[in-house]
Amino acid sequence: MPIDTKERLKIPRQKMPEQDPRARATNFEQVNYGFTLELAQLEASRCIQCKKPTCIPGCPVGIDIPGFIKLIEVGDFIGAARKLKEKNCLPAICGRVCPQEIQCETPCVLSKKGRSVAIGHLERFAADYEREQGEVLIPPRPKPSGKMVAVVGSGPAGLTAAGELAKMGHEVTIFEALHKPGGVLIYGIPEFRLPKAVLMAEVDYVRQLGAEIECNAVIGKRETVDELLASGYDAIFLGTGAGLPNFMGIPGENLNGVYSANEFLTRSNLMKAYLFPEYDTPIVRGKNVAVIGGGDTAMDAVRTAKRLGAKNAYIVYRRSREEMPARDEEIHHAEEEGIEFRLLTLPKRILGNDTGWVVGMECLQMKLGEPDESGRRRPIPIEDSEFVIEVDTVVVAIGTGANPLVPRTTPGLETNKWGNILVDEATGQTSRRGVFAGGDIVRGGATVILAMGDGQRAARAINEYLRS
Amino acid sequence: MNLILEKRELAPQACLFVVKAPRIARKARPGQFIILRPDERGERIPLTIADSNPERGTITLVVQEVGKTTARLGRMQKGESILDLVGPLGQPSHLEKFGTVVCLGGGFGIAAIHPIAKALRELGNWVISIIGARKKELLIMEEEMRLASSRLLIATDDGSYGRPGFVTDAFKDLLEEGIQTDYCIAIGPVPMMRAVCKITEPLEIKTVVSLNPIMVDGTGMCGACRVTVGGKTRFACVDGPDFDGHQVNWDELVKRQGIYLEAEKLAMEMFLHPEGACHRRGEGDAH
Ligand SMILES: Cc1cc2nc3c(=O)[nH]c(=O)nc-3n(C[C@H](O)[C@H](O)[C@H](O)COP(=O)(O)OP(=O)(O)OC[C@H]3O[C@@H](n4cnc5c(N)ncnc54)[C@H](O)[C@@H]3O)c2cc1C
Ligand SMILES: Cc1cc2nc3c(=O)[nH]c(=O)nc-3n(C[C@H](O)[C@H](O)[C@H](O)COP(=O)(O)OP(=O)(O)OC[C@H]3O[C@@H](n4cnc5c(N)ncnc54)[C@H](O)[C@@H]3O)c2cc1C
Ligand code: SF4
Ligand code: SF4
Ligand code: FES
Repeated sequence: MPIDTKERLKIPRQKMPEQDPRARATNFEQVNYGFTLELAQLEASRCIQCKKPTCIPGCPVGIDIPGFIKLIEVGDFIGAARKLKEKNCLPAICGRVCPQEIQCETPCVLSKKGRSVAIGHLERFAADYEREQGEVLIPPRPKPSGKMVAVVGSGPAGLTAAGELAKMGHEVTIFEALHKPGGVLIYGIPEFRLPKAVLMAEVDYVRQLGAEIECNAVIGKRETVDELLASGYDAIFLGTGAGLPNFMGIPGENLNGVYSANEFLTRSNLMKAYLFPEYDTPIVRGKNVAVIGGGDTAMDAVRTAKRLGAKNAYIVYRRSREEMPARDEEIHHAEEEGIEFRLLTLPKRILGNDTGWVVGMECLQMKLGEPDESGRRRPIPIEDSEFVIEVDTVVVAIGTGANPLVPRTTPGLETNKWGNILVDEATGQTSRRGVFAGGDIVRGGATVILAMGDGQRAARAINEYLRS
Repeated sequence: MNLILEKRELAPQACLFVVKAPRIARKARPGQFIILRPDERGERIPLTIADSNPERGTITLVVQEVGKTTARLGRMQKGESILDLVGPLGQPSHLEKFGTVVCLGGGFGIAAIHPIAKALRELGNWVISIIGARKKELLIMEEEMRLASSRLLIATDDGSYGRPGFVTDAFKDLLEEGIQTDYCIAIGPVPMMRAVCKITEPLEIKTVVSLNPIMVDGTGMCGACRVTVGGKTRFACVDGPDFDGHQVNWDELVKRQGIYLEAEKLAMEMFLHPEGACHRRGEGDAH
């Protein structure tokens, strides 16, 4: 029985079932269980199917949002998944990690009247349903174009570009430096937010579209970009990410027990150190752990530290809660799991003992002043407010820069002063003919879906370049 | 997958592997290394490219067994494959005609210094190599080093071969002979490299060492390999592994190399006695 708009507006936003916070703070299993069939259909029926959907422009890859939601409402879940895949080859990932609250869900008309449709949760539901039913449809291979494209980096930007280019008939090879594909999705984002099995299924989908993935291949070292071009590749897409860890430059940062977030998360996620000694890679399991920073990376690191057995796991952030760049959902989950927030706190130096291990961190108390260039209120140190937090492990999660391996070995490839590759925004074309780029290597640390949008746009531009 | 084409025991607990890796072989330069992971549950460890043969498409690795992963490699045989192998990583060693160069190698450092000594000699340097081990049976690659060098000195701790004492003692002999040294390279355990630098610093002999901090990715992504050189933090995997030995903060390096000692002991114990050690699961704390 069709329901009218008024009825639809009465249905409250459905909440996704979650693992109990106390239990989940000790395991690496998924925090969110996902919608059941019933919950998904009920949530889908909240969408009023706008004639001019304001949600779509909020999605960097332009998913037909009312279209896929309607299919869920009527029970055609597989159809919904296929609709998603017309625009997004990694929906199970985006449904889990997209910051929907600042992307597609903010412009949803219902966000004014109350609460927007849970677009991300529905996306995750449809993609999971398709994968779990084993009915993943592989589109037929198009006629080969006879052109070869090399994609450097297998993060969301590279995977998307490769998938799209394969669908257009080009022969695509992804070169990845690490031993497994996925970029931040495999080495950074933990199992409890994005299970590796889900990621691997979506990576396999990109393979099945026709893209080859070669791991253990560091471009700029084993082959340069110019050598790839000379060896027969007609175009190149660079999606090498922002993988260079920033440290703070304070005393004590090289003490034992101080990690960059990249190292801490790579050990735990990519190398499975949380399963040591079943897996060989060790990690320091601190009892009192401070994670410096306020972004998604900091939240992932501090929640990982808690799961590794920390009694006290702190977020140390120099501004206040409002300025924290992490997704609301992640901050909320972290609080539920017992993470302590030390806000308006600036680390000054890390203290060690004679054997070289961390024993504490001296910090300064801050207060908020006038807004700075970024529009956020500037933190100012309060004089003589030094105090010490007792910690045995410190994780520095204050952002990452561009890895210079490729730019340094590619003459004529222009970068800005931070080392990010300069591109034409509409096409991803770099200063080198036939070389395109996108994702974090262009934007600096951004989001999965923006990286995917870049990969998609560049794929279209590469296709035009190859066919002209 | 990287096929092991040859395996040879050089000394107890030291093996040489010739591995198929054509694209690395084409690019490798002396001083560079690879990172490998033997199997799905394995750790990533760095090993120097001891030799490369672009025609055969092979690289040579020399592994000294010191813990779980190296012991695991020591049990791999010809015909088996190493799951992951990535390279060449790091900056090649700086090579030019310096004049008289002293190359010191200890332990696996002998394998690492061999291609450097060879290349320096080809550039017209007078290359004096000094290699050492605890005792005669443990000394590796003597013949190769003899061929690569203009002159070869040997030291063993117990005096069972060559000069009794450390390679640094043999180095002091050499300096006493009045040999004018223009450049020095030392590769081996930290105490050895550090002792060499102690000798050369007052004499103002430029000394390059190859640092071996703990690494993970080898591409500059994690910062595990950070070392302090000349008061600045550097990432050994991309800025090195070669550095000016007189600028290195050795104390810090030694401490950082020991971060996982407890965990490493446990991993080794479980590798050697898989049944007995199971109940100790989860004792991975480093301190
Ligand atoms: C811990 C963490 C949590 C995050 N959480 C979220 C989140 O919840 N939601 C969200 O939207 N965003 C999140 N982000 C940001 C998001 O992950 C990134 O914006 C996104 O992954 C960028 O994609 P990319 O494809 O540009 O690069 P990456 O994902 O960084 O992938 C780059 C790949 O290129 C490889 N590479 C680099 N150099 C070379 C080379 N020379 N040769 C070969 N391969 C090379 C790297 O090994 C890597 O695999 C998070 C980031 C981190 C670090
Ligand atoms: C650039 C470089 C080149 C090297 N070349 C060689 C070589 O040609 N032949 C050789 O036998 N060895 C070489 N090493 C040392 C070798 O990497 C270590 O012996 C090996 O990682 C030990 O691993 P394990 O599991 O057997 O022992 P473990 O018991 O895990 O460790 C023993 C010691 O080795 C060091 N170590 C442990 N894990 C790592 C790691 N991931 N990265 C670096 N060091 C680690 C630590 O100081 C540790 O205390 C090199 C190291 C570096 C950094
Ligand atoms: S991909 Fe991300 S932004 Fe686009 S609809 Fe899905 S959740 Fe929203
Ligand atoms: S704006 Fe909201 S209600 Fe309208 S179509 Fe999009 S999701 Fe549905
Ligand atoms: S090993 Fe990770 S940065 Fe050097």
